[in-house]
Amino acid sequence: MLTLADLGVLRAVDVDEGDHVTVSITPTYSGCPAMASMRDDLVRTLADEGLTATVKVVLAPAWSSDDITPAGRAALAAHGLSAPGPATRHTGPIALNLMPVRRSLTCPHCGSYAAQLSSEFGPTACTALYRCGACGEPFEHVKEI
Amino acid sequence: MTDMTEDLTPASHSAPDPNSEHGSVFDGLLGGDPSHWAFGTDFEDPLAGVDTTIPDGVDGHDLGVYCLMLADDALIASHRLSEWCSNAPDLEEDIALANISLDLLGQARLLLARAAAADPSLVPSLPAGSPVPPEDALAFFRTDGQFCNARLTETDNGDFAVTVVKALVLATARLALMERLRDSRDAVLAAVAAKAVKELAYHRDYAGRWFLTLARGTQESRRRIDAALRTVWPLYAELFVPHEVETRMAEVGVGVDPAGVADEVAVVLAQVFALSGVETPDIAPMVAVRGLRGRDGSHTEAFSKLLGEMQSVARAHPSGRW
Repeated sequence: MLTLADLGVLRAVDVDEGDHVTVSITPTYSGCPAMASMRDDLVRTLADEGLTATVKVVLAPAWSSDDITPAGRAALAAHGLSAPGPATRHTGPIALNLMPVRRSLTCPHCGSYAAQLSSEFGPTACTALYRCGACGEPFEHVKEI
Repeated sequence: MTDMTEDLTPASHSAPDPNSEHGSVFDGLLGGDPSHWAFGTDFEDPLAGVDTTIPDGVDGHDLGVYCLMLADDALIASHRLSEWCSNAPDLEEDIALANISLDLLGQARLLLARAAAADPSLVPSLPAGSPVPPEDALAFFRTDGQFCNARLTETDNGDFAVTVVKALVLATARLALMERLRDSRDAVLAAVAAKAVKELAYHRDYAGRWFLTLARGTQESRRRIDAALRTVWPLYAELFVPHEVETRMAEVGVGVDPAGVADEVAVVLAQVFALSGVETPDIAPMVAVRGLRGRDGSHTEAFSKLLGEMQSVARAHPSGRW
């Protein structure tokens, strides 16, 4: 199971007086369309446990793919997604990169190193599209951000 | 024609209620769990729980207008890019442009919500009881003269080369601006900027790679990138002309003076041009109509058509719930 905590999206859980919980989550990307879904799931799951919940958005610090825990990375791989490498830390202006993106990654289906980048933008905001040169299967890579 | 006219009152598109005594045609799909309707069951405030206190010594109206400027650039560029959905040269570019569009839309939502929180009087008034949230009211119920996006964002997509040049220029300028805005005294703007920087870096590299590819590609792709640069360049200079609100916000440590990023942006673009074997264009900027530019609410004809398409459905249902 891949949890919001493992994704680094869950920032805080505060148990208030009585049976009320305040949950703080942060978006992965500014336009992440899953925020409403995550909030509704949190409220519903906590309601099943007899708790009322308020879900707050936290914007700072901005989410980084480095916030995904080792357990989260393992869960991503188990679901056929390639986990992100270390995100680049920027000090000063961000340098332009016009060269092809190079990542050292393996196919989550067959373990081959022969992965080819199809697009830096995948079916969701946080993933890039790859295709394995060995088994031929396409897969998503969670981008470093 | 009898019953239909009575039904023209704005409809509220709320989620099917499984507890309704009349039932619903969706009952079989619901399986008794209303959480399946994650989208549209409720309004999601993009700034829910975020402290939107205005920093000391900052004018709320100025801050609101400044946020609108940053928001409108993103919103209108996002809408233009969304026109490529199902029309791009291939599936990968279709998805890439849609992703860039989505990132910009996310930035726009946060900034529109911040504008509304900074100065509620900026939000157009809607019928009493309308569930339309402030960010939507700002996006869908302002007139063209109330939008303050730079004109670069609103012009037609043209061919893929024009879109690439527009995306490159916008991402480069916005990235330079957002890098500085991370130090804003306004905590919300600083947080939005910190996130936007990461996204815009991907956008700029994407557009830059395509610029290089087209310029160094075939004779035809080169002809198109040259033509695209001539089409877009008249709108380039406007990105760095500060509006008085931008100047005032920069002075109080909340905003960034766009004139201050012009040199850095020019250097980055010169890098792309040099690698691509393309000369930096020497073309006069588009005139400011009676001294007014996009930031002042002065726009091109293309913008009216864009707004018509973007706003028509929301305007037909001012009390609609989406």
